Amino acid sequence: MSSQNLRGGGRDEIVYLDHAATTPMLPVAIEAMASELGRLGNPSSLHNAGRRARRVVEESREQIAEVFGARPSEVIFTSGGTEADNLAVKGLYWTRRAAAPRRRRILTTSVEHHAVLDSVRWLEEAEGAEAAWLGVDSTGLVRPEVLRSAIERAPEGVAVVSVMWANNEVGTVQPVSELAAVAHESGIPFHSDAVQAAAQLPVDFADSGADALTVTGHKLGGPVGVGALILARGMEPVPVLHGGGQERDIRSGTLDAPAIRAFAVAAAAAAARREYEAKRLAELRDELVRQVLAAVPDAVLNGAPPGPGRLPGNAHFSFPGCEGDALLMLLDARGIACSTGSACTAGVAEPSHVLLAMGADDSRARGSLRFSLGHTSTQADVDALGGAIGEAVARAKRAVTR
Amino acid sequence: MTALRVLAAMSGGVDSATAAARAADAGHDVTGVHLALSENPKSFRTGARGCCTLEDARDARRAADVIGIPFYVWDMAERFRQDVVDDFVAEYAAGRTPNPCLRCNEKIKFAAVLDRALALGFDAVCTGHYASVEDGVLHRAADSGKDQSYVLAVLTPRQLSRAMFPLGGTPKEQVRAEAARRGLAVAGKPDSHDVCFIADGDTRGFLARRLGPAPGTIVDADGTVIGEHDGTYGFTVGQRRGLRVGRPAADGKPRYVLDIEPVTRTVTVGPAGELDVTQITARRPVWTGCPPPERPLDCAVQLRAHGEVHACTAWLDGGVLHIRLRAPARGVAKGQAAVLYDGRRVLGSGTIAGTSPTARLPAAP
Repeated sequence: MSSQNLRGGGRDEIVYLDHAATTPMLPVAIEAMASELGRLGNPSSLHNAGRRARRVVEESREQIAEVFGARPSEVIFTSGGTEADNLAVKGLYWTRRAAAPRRRRILTTSVEHHAVLDSVRWLEEAEGAEAAWLGVDSTGLVRPEVLRSAIERAPEGVAVVSVMWANNEVGTVQPVSELAAVAHESGIPFHSDAVQAAAQLPVDFADSGADALTVTGHKLGGPVGVGALILARGMEPVPVLHGGGQERDIRSGTLDAPAIRAFAVAAAAAAARREYEAKRLAELRDELVRQVLAAVPDAVLNGAPPGPGRLPGNAHFSFPGCEGDALLMLLDARGIACSTGSACTAGVAEPSHVLLAMGADDSRARGSLRFSLGHTSTQADVDALGGAIGEAVARAKRAVTR
Repeated sequence: MTALRVLAAMSGGVDSATAAARAADAGHDVTGVHLALSENPKSFRTGARGCCTLEDARDARRAADVIGIPFYVWDMAERFRQDVVDDFVAEYAAGRTPNPCLRCNEKIKFAAVLDRALALGFDAVCTGHYASVEDGVLHRAADSGKDQSYVLAVLTPRQLSRAMFPLGGTPKEQVRAEAARRGLAVAGKPDSHDVCFIADGDTRGFLARRLGPAPGTIVDADGTVIGEHDGTYGFTVGQRRGLRVGRPAADGKPRYVLDIEPVTRTVTVGPAGELDVTQITARRPVWTGCPPPERPLDCAVQLRAHGEVHACTAWLDGGVLHIRLRAPARGVAKGQAAVLYDGRRVLGSGTIAGTSPTARLPAAP
């Protein structure tokens, strides 16, 4: 490794393989947001400026509803995926428990994003909820029978079911419509976090049968700080944020017209390219997997096999004998950005709860990296990784401290 | 100068931040690393400042941003617990008085971290310690009030060859002024003093939680029981306060801890004069400033951090370092390091294993 490289020379030509963390904003979205930022008006105001801003929000709502197969009135804007997940899980739990106090069970998986995982844990600690963590197989998949048997233990006691559409770490796609149908057999509302799926898979709210669906802007080319909970009519979660009564009284707070507009523009643009882009990314991803396995023959691809059961832009590996954070640092020094999967507030890499749930041991969970592709990814990015990963792994193996 | 690939250990304090900045200014290729040492980092702590809080991690990160170097957090909590915290507890349990900063340098910063850094392609580890390495030999810092050569004296020549201490020639106040000039927000941050993993500064309480009650007796020099205690780990040789001995001494003078015997759980106390020792034995000797001496060596010795320096003669006998002081020293605790100096130059060190009162002196060879 040259001195130049370790310093991060050539950082301006970054090889960005972390689109699942956030993906660059689409130029059309930047343009839409920038032009809206210069305009005046609170969408809740009754005068002309307010009506103009409201029109922007409502047109955006219609666009987003169309992209995700929902009715405009079903789109509740939030500050992003985390808030939408909190609103769905906590809000629906509170509503369902208020209607029947015995409903304290929450059925969810052990591979959810922390926004769901920690909301459920908080409900357990503070609100008397009982979580049932649905097990996954070695690829991270939840089988509908697992959900059914968990419900059957005490169907009348279940408040809500939440299962993500596609996993953010290993990319495994869940059988969401089958799971929703199983929940509905017992009249239980079903929520799904579709944050990762929304950019790369056809996500249709009505077809899926879900009652609540989380999407966010910055994973599909929109800005950070805006998202939505798509919420079927009749679902009335207790609000998490109280205030001015915006968004059907479910989510108070002044609507962020510029961000909402950019979110809608990005979602529409991503939807228009989705089929082409999914095929392109899947091919690039397959090439990435091929190159990594060629350079590091003992690397293991985690998650579902490439195909319809996996996000097209996702590749997630365990590198036996390595620590993920050392590998990340070595690749970062070569200008290659990737992820160890999850990080806590102090910036310390924790062993991935997703891999642990899939049956990996602690060292395999620590020795893993996620490479995620998106709309700016090219063959050159894949080649750069292919050229660097072998040496990085060899070096990281020598640096194992445990 | 050759540009080196340098890992700067950044605690979040002013010293390590300024050291990293100087290493970068010198043309080295510097990467900042904050060591997460606490298994349960808290965002805010009351009382004493430590080295492993979330604010410290943030302060380190912001300093790296200002310097313009990459920054990562390395999780060393497990190693730190094993090699420093557990060792600290075990040493107290064995009746000794450990120095955890010294152990951290020996086992974490210049062992676990250094080894990992070398394997990852770095050439050196840089810290904000006040000491300098001149021609491969550890020396006291120019600022004698801040000198930290004592807690680095256990490092081997191999470890020292990979260590970089850019602050060794600068007084602390100048370092603060320089940090402020560089725009480092930590320029005015208070120094850390206490043991970093004991947030409230209550070492005895910490040990009591870890070791549980182990009551025993406090006796005077002739064996008369004059009090009781909850655990020998609450005591250090030379300690005067907190003895809770009801009866005053016959001569009316204050009493001090003279000896700690953890097996029989006996703490022996006596007058100050009994604390005087002239002969010391130390184990695990390390020689970095001279070859292992073949003849008795006239030099100086420091027996605790920030302690005074005593003229002495030192010699080796069967792998054990023997030190004879010219004049008696008071309150020498087993478990502390005995560091030998020739002026500013560190010759070597050992861990104090035994002391002999001035009265009963074996002859020097």
